[in-house]
Amino acid sequence: MNLEQRKDLLGLRDMSREEIELILDTAIPMKDVIGRDIKKVPTLRGKAMVTVFYENSTRTRTSFELAGKYLSADTVNLAVSTSSVQKGESLRDTIKTMEVMGFDLMVIRHAMSGTPHYVARNTRMRVINAGDGTNEHPTQALLDMYTIKEKKGTLENLKVAIVGDILHSRVARSNIYGLNKFGCEVRVVGPSTLMPPEIEKLGVKSYYSLDEAISGVDVINVLRIQKERQQSGLFPSLDEYARLFMVGSKRLAKAKDDVLVLHPGPVNRGVEISSELADSSQALINEQVTNGVAVRMALLFLMMGGVRDEINN
Amino acid sequence: MKLIIKNGRLIDPANNLDGLLDILIEDGKIAAIAENLMSADAQLVDASGKIVCPGFIDMHVHLREPGFEYKEDIASGSRAAAAGGFTTICAMPNTDPPVDNSVTASFIVERAKKLGIVNVLPIGAITKKQAGQELSAIAELIEAGCVAISDDGKPVARADIMRNALEYAKMFNLPVLSHCEDIDLARGGLMHEGYFSTIYGLRGIPAAAEELMVAREIILAELTDAHVHICHASTRGSMDLIRKARAQGIKVSCEVTPHHLTLSDEVVGSYDTDTKVNPPLRSSEHIEALRAALQDGTVDCIATDHAPHHFESKDCEYELASFGISGLETAVAVIMDQLVKPGALGINQMVSLFATGPARVLGIDKGSLALGQTADITIIDPQATKKVNPNNFYSKGRNTPYKNMELTGWPWMTIVNGNVVCREGMVI
Repeated sequence: MNLEQRKDLLGLRDMSREEIELILDTAIPMKDVIGRDIKKVPTLRGKAMVTVFYENSTRTRTSFELAGKYLSADTVNLAVSTSSVQKGESLRDTIKTMEVMGFDLMVIRHAMSGTPHYVARNTRMRVINAGDGTNEHPTQALLDMYTIKEKKGTLENLKVAIVGDILHSRVARSNIYGLNKFGCEVRVVGPSTLMPPEIEKLGVKSYYSLDEAISGVDVINVLRIQKERQQSGLFPSLDEYARLFMVGSKRLAKAKDDVLVLHPGPVNRGVEISSELADSSQALINEQVTNGVAVRMALLFLMMGGVRDEINN
Repeated sequence: MKLIIKNGRLIDPANNLDGLLDILIEDGKIAAIAENLMSADAQLVDASGKIVCPGFIDMHVHLREPGFEYKEDIASGSRAAAAGGFTTICAMPNTDPPVDNSVTASFIVERAKKLGIVNVLPIGAITKKQAGQELSAIAELIEAGCVAISDDGKPVARADIMRNALEYAKMFNLPVLSHCEDIDLARGGLMHEGYFSTIYGLRGIPAAAEELMVAREIILAELTDAHVHICHASTRGSMDLIRKARAQGIKVSCEVTPHHLTLSDEVVGSYDTDTKVNPPLRSSEHIEALRAALQDGTVDCIATDHAPHHFESKDCEYELASFGISGLETAVAVIMDQLVKPGALGINQMVSLFATGPARVLGIDKGSLALGQTADITIIDPQATKKVNPNNFYSKGRNTPYKNMELTGWPWMTIVNGNVVCREGMVI
């Protein structure tokens, strides 16, 4: 099985468990490549990919670019802030321009949900969603799942709490879709104003109390709180948010002893996670970043038809 | 000139007619209705197997002219109406300039008359520039031919202005058409708020954004004893409020659109911008409530809210796309196929909702086949099956979520003022 018959990766909602397992398994040898002295395999030479980020990003964009380079693909980043987009070029025209330059694959991030789907419909290039609005962020969820599996040995039947702004979180949605496929018990917790309607129909349990939500869990995934949510009247202050929902070392006592703490970054220290916990060995924030490169290598490899022998050797 | 329509099933709810009856049209008027009518010198229309109805009226159409002719104009919109089986359409005033003065209203009337395709009745703005602050010159608008007032698309936010509008319109027995939307509650919303907005990660518009304003309009209609008409009502709560108000004798009427009756918010999942419309496509419980309201008479009419757009404003990111569906050319077929064919709506009820109802709401002398009346007639072929192909639309707006859908039951002939203006989808 490979992912070549799948043109695009737009989300985990419509992805099978088998496909997810394939990506996670393929990421293992990829991580090995990252640890080598010479971090380069020739498997995607002659392939070209472009990253197009309409939203700011440190980790995801760099991670995709590096993943492509480690596999010898030619990678280009379209700097949206200095491109023709600023001259008012439509998305459709931008896509077409990239397509006719010969790119095989486009990685796109956009502030508006569904934009990668629109792009995918309108181009021959393969499209990977690197985060669209409040819809999905599939590669983040894949790297979260990889990290969990690496530490716990399995994804089966774990208890995972996702904490924070569930309403606006594409990371939460992709994690819910992904983890549900492995029989995990997924819990979501956050202020009632940041909880989307009918969330439980997605197969999760929802809580307003952090202590209850993390009681007995194997993993806590802490989401980033965006300051503008407070400004739009969704909660009174960051202080009050922190009082109710900040994950810190003390509160972790409710969870299992070997609980893992994930955070997609960038971190607001002292708001959604305490500084002390963020720097502790229980928090896997930096390992997530490394694993992100490996998972994205796996994805590029599988989607652009890499040759397995060239990885192992 | 004489025209005789023979062998069709004639349905005219206003006159309690339903049977195999022929119609003779003379000089643009209905001259006779009877079985086995004969006339040697009349042109014959054989309507065997067809359903002959009073001309359909769409009281909610955006013709875009003047100002937005790249989206639609009076000519293209009139042809779309004729192709869709409508003999009369009402043009919403959100043009540029808006129809807040007699000059713009007269322009629309004159232009439509010159084209001579379908009847176009303008709707005036409630407030100057549709800004929600000062009343338009309402008496002047009526004189120029306006049959109602509305700030459609821009709800009148201030309750005092709406109260004055209702109070003032009452002098002229003029219905006030209200686009019910609490702007603050709906702000930034792209689709119905619920399970699917959670799944698709699109900001939701709660049903309450509509219902709050429906409640306000009903309370103001009671206060003023004036006639308020709720445009494109789309929620269960709206229907409950309207049903209750009517039982109390409050003068409230309402319309629903074909898309709110047949498409649920689930279809937004493709991020196809043709599904983006305001009010948004609702969840199935709301669809069921609207259908129930058709049955119990809470709904007065079906109107399309025909909102044609240039393709560029739909060929883009979902969030950036314009709201609206081009509805004139699919409305009848959608209702026939999705409601009448499965038995959810009787054919007589459908004729009421497309002809009798809107005429009653607007207080215009149309929507029936009485002797001596202007011969506006819609004939439907209940057997015709066709795939919706927006590329063949007469409308400039190809934005339809029904594209490529195969539908059964299409308008077969449209007769306006005794003239055949459209035959089997071809405008003459």
